[in-house]
Amino acid sequence: MMGLYLEEIEPGLRVDLGTYAFTRDNILKFAIAYDPQPFHTDDKAAARGPFGKLAASGWHTAAGWMKCFVAVNNAHAGRAVLGPSPGFTNLRWLKPVYPGDTISYSTTVTGKRDMASRSGWGLVFARNEGVNQDGILVFSFESKVMTPKRPA
Amino acid sequence: MLLHYEDFTLGCEFPLGPHPVTAEDIIAFASEFDPQRFHLDDAEAKSSVLGGLSASGWHTCAMLMRMLCDSYLNRSAGMGSTGIDEVKWLKPVRAGETLSGRMTVIERRVSARRPDLGILKCRWDLFNETGEKKIEQVGINFMKVRAP
Repeated sequence: MMGLYLEEIEPGLRVDLGTYAFTRDNILKFAIAYDPQPFHTDDKAAARGPFGKLAASGWHTAAGWMKCFVAVNNAHAGRAVLGPSPGFTNLRWLKPVYPGDTISYSTTVTGKRDMASRSGWGLVFARNEGVNQDGILVFSFESKVMTPKRPA
Repeated sequence: MLLHYEDFTLGCEFPLGPHPVTAEDIIAFASEFDPQRFHLDDAEAKSSVLGGLSASGWHTCAMLMRMLCDSYLNRSAGMGSTGIDEVKWLKPVRAGETLSGRMTVIERRVSARRPDLGILKCRWDLFNETGEKKIEQVGINFMKVRAP
């Protein structure tokens, strides 16, 4: 990440990834396309639903993290370019995200290792968080991403 | 009648999909949320680890979510979710493929604090039309109990 090669990344490295603003419009657009449960698409139904009012799809909250993560990485073009990810664990939607909320995302490296199956690559493990404008943790997950080694 | 916790017995399955994946959808999602080159441009993607244009993993999760809504959630007393234990993105999802699969209830219990709330642990698997598994996801669906 941030254009860093595997050798340059150490556990404890924390990066603020910036913010994503959730609006009524972008919440509805995402939910209608991908998560049309009534509490994500309809005010009246949402008032009777688990969040008390219209709330963002949890996958929208996750996509907001990815948007910020990629923007930070793409700002370091010309250095190490990340590969894909084999998956993630322990994703938690801790609090609802509502229209008007701005989420600040971060990533903190927790470990790294070589990939036996692909020479030239390793995996970087991280804990990732989203915090709302009141400082409340609303979202977290643990990621792993393919990261290139420094060319010989 | 809406599906409730009682209708999701241990081991029961609901079919998911079919859901066609298009290059337009892949590029539109990636442009907004995951603008890495292997999700945006087929020519550049061919020289990447993924070997060709592939959907963002988050897009695959979003497509899976849509399939859950269409299969059972939007005819249920679903109450959201607290999270996902694990997602494995096993193989790249390509334009032109059609995804389908199943949801399986792997654990179920009623909340100790809220007797009207059922907690389903589910596994969701998606395959392409030749049976290649693309994603495996395990997580939670909350579901109202019909008769607490």
